[in-house]
Amino acid sequence: MGMTSSLLRIDGELTIYRAAELAAALRTALAAVAEGGALDLDLSEVAEMDSAGVQLLLSARRSAVESGRALRLAARSAAVEEVLAILHLTALFGDTVAEAH
Amino acid sequence: MATPIDLDQVLHTFIAEARELLEDMEAALLRVGDEADPRESINAIFRAAHTIKGSSGLFGLDAIVAFTHVAESVLDRVREGAVALDPALVALLLGCGDYIGRMIDAVERAEHQPDPHADPEGAALLQRLQVHLVDAGASASPDAPAPAPVEGGPARWHLSLRFGPDVLRNGMDPLSFIRYLATLGEIEQLVTLPDAVPGLDTLDPEACCLGFEIAFVTSIDKAAIENVFEFVIDDCALRIVPPGSQVARYIELIRSLPEGPARLGEILVRCGSITAHELEAALRVQAESVPPRRIGAILADQGNVAPQVVDAALARQKQFKEGRATESVRVDADKLDRLINLVGELIIATAGANLVARRTRNLELIERNSTLADLVEEVRDSALQLRMVKIGGTFARFKRVVHDVSRELGKDIELAVSGEDTELDKTVVEKIGDPLMHLVRNAMDHGIDSPARRAERGKPSTGTVTLNAFHDSGSIVIQVGDDGGGLDRERILAKAIERGLVEPGRAMSDAEVHALIFEPGFSTAEHITNLSGRGVGMDVVRRNIEALRGNVGIASEPGRGTTVTVRLPLTLAIINGFQVGVGKSVFVVPMDVVDECIEFCAEPGQDYADLRGQVLPFIRLRELFDVPGRPAARQNIVVVKHAGQKFGLVVDTLMGEAQTVIKPLSRMFAQVRGISGSSILGSGDVALIVDVPALVSHAQALRTLQSA
Repeated sequence: MGMTSSLLRIDGELTIYRAAELAAALRTALAAVAEGGALDLDLSEVAEMDSAGVQLLLSARRSAVESGRALRLAARSAAVEEVLAILHLTALFGDTVAEAH
Repeated sequence: MATPIDLDQVLHTFIAEARELLEDMEAALLRVGDEADPRESINAIFRAAHTIKGSSGLFGLDAIVAFTHVAESVLDRVREGAVALDPALVALLLGCGDYIGRMIDAVERAEHQPDPHADPEGAALLQRLQVHLVDAGASASPDAPAPAPVEGGPARWHLSLRFGPDVLRNGMDPLSFIRYLATLGEIEQLVTLPDAVPGLDTLDPEACCLGFEIAFVTSIDKAAIENVFEFVIDDCALRIVPPGSQVARYIELIRSLPEGPARLGEILVRCGSITAHELEAALRVQAESVPPRRIGAILADQGNVAPQVVDAALARQKQFKEGRATESVRVDADKLDRLINLVGELIIATAGANLVARRTRNLELIERNSTLADLVEEVRDSALQLRMVKIGGTFARFKRVVHDVSRELGKDIELAVSGEDTELDKTVVEKIGDPLMHLVRNAMDHGIDSPARRAERGKPSTGTVTLNAFHDSGSIVIQVGDDGGGLDRERILAKAIERGLVEPGRAMSDAEVHALIFEPGFSTAEHITNLSGRGVGMDVVRRNIEALRGNVGIASEPGRGTTVTVRLPLTLAIINGFQVGVGKSVFVVPMDVVDECIEFCAEPGQDYADLRGQVLPFIRLRELFDVPGRPAARQNIVVVKHAGQKFGLVVDTLMGEAQTVIKPLSRMFAQVRGISGSSILGSGDVALIVDVPALVSHAQALRTLQSA
């Protein structure tokens, strides 16, 4: 597909306690992706996610879309899957994951 | 209710915040009696209880919820004006605050939570609280609210949730409410609204901007649904549309929500709460009607909230914004300690680099090094400043002590506090609490005279205990005073003789007699109360203060009162030192006690010098510390001044000022007198830090010997 992508891996907690730090990391990672490219998030090692984490993903997705980039969840842990399922967000992030393959 | 998320860290925050809330509650309870308009304080008390109950509920701390709920119900009645907040109720609520505090302590220790109804102390408090609720009727139920099933089986509700920005910061997670909701019925449809979530550039990652629309099938009633969100209701807009509602109710809902009507309509359709057809019809009506209205007006109009509540909410929001201006960050004390340690190492390393630089006689290197040293000094000051806290927080605790103890003693006593803004090192603050507590209790118990005696002496019937703090030449001075009867010289002397502390017939100054009360095993109270007078205490106070490199003194005027003065170093970590040499050893004298340096010029065999016509007693460090070797041909005297007294230290050489990082002496040297610590010099050698206060008493003892 010729689309450039870069990978950001988030380990451990995706929660309010790290929200500020992770927001900065996501901002940097997204800025490093060329327009038209995609940022893949590897969430396979996320042990815990709370509402702040969900909000962060939604925010990153908005930033990506508004700047002509894509945000994809390349891999997700069971904890992430569970939260996305409760909040009925699997589909929202699921659309983008299909493109990753 | 069980929350499935791992709460260890959040629990820690909860405990810290609950304690702060309890402190706020206590402060408000203590000031409420003196206020002309106590409404704000009563609200503050209520809010504190309400918030503690709320967050405890989130952690499944049912015992705390159950207990706090009753206290909150009483407070609610106070707020309504149905129950008067008299001194008896204030005392009861203070007791409840303490009890909640102990339950929170138990949470911290991960102990089992006893049911407060079963615990004798909790049950007694609950019983006393219930007295204020007897005629409360249905408005205050004694037990925590439980979901009540409604008749007629499950039905379909629509919930609209918009969480406020502070929810996450307050340690609550919208997700856990939804998880809890799911245990009470079936979440048929849920839409997470990302609309209010901005892009990363403008996102405040800790401010919540999430909203949810939920179709919920359940057999519980509206009140029970509301109860799910009770703990967050101040920070969450919750709208509930009951089963079988007319479309008009949904339109109302749409109108009151921040998202556009089209967007919301679409969501409601997605939730299956209304059909597309109904929506279209309704939106047409909507477009023709009412001009845009302010959200506050709409909320009030809906009958959900009274206009006053909206005003109050806005005022609170404003307050919150103003509060943010002096925003602070919670930092782990360990991290700070590590920083201070590193700064200490940095200072030692800089001193070493300076030494080498001077040896090279490379002017540029020396200059650069000196710039570096200046910067390091600034870093040191800022690092130490981080650990500085105001003593006001410690003083505030004593308001409660004075309140409780004065009731206990049957004396009317006020606490007057000044110098609350005086700052000192956190490690010192932590250790000074207990000694101060004892001094304050002592002042109330022994210091303040009985009401009858006060009337006799023509003093106001209300006694006053004063707490004061100020900085004085590198130390912080804390004074605990009372306007009581003063120390009874004769009685102290008699007791001291009886205890064998002094020999009968010995001439002693008032100050010497007063100092006796700090001797071990001394007590003068005629009858023993449960506060002090057990004969332990004042000596322990002195020991604790001396362990902090401080000292304590007492001044008293018969019939007028007593003042205990505690003098402490501002910090325990780093000092500006003046290095002196004796033989091959280097000693450090804390710079802030050094007054001047003079050439040694005493007649042989005498232990005092002539300082511009004044007698200056001195101590030969060589003799005191048994330093080997002969004195240098030209010795010097460092004149030190401490607590208003001057004396000299005889040394061989003056080496100048240097940053000194204090390393505590190991336990092995605990018995060594006159040395308060050690330090590592730039050269890598060890220097001992002279304990000037200890030497002052040594010098005094010498003088007494000479004059005797």
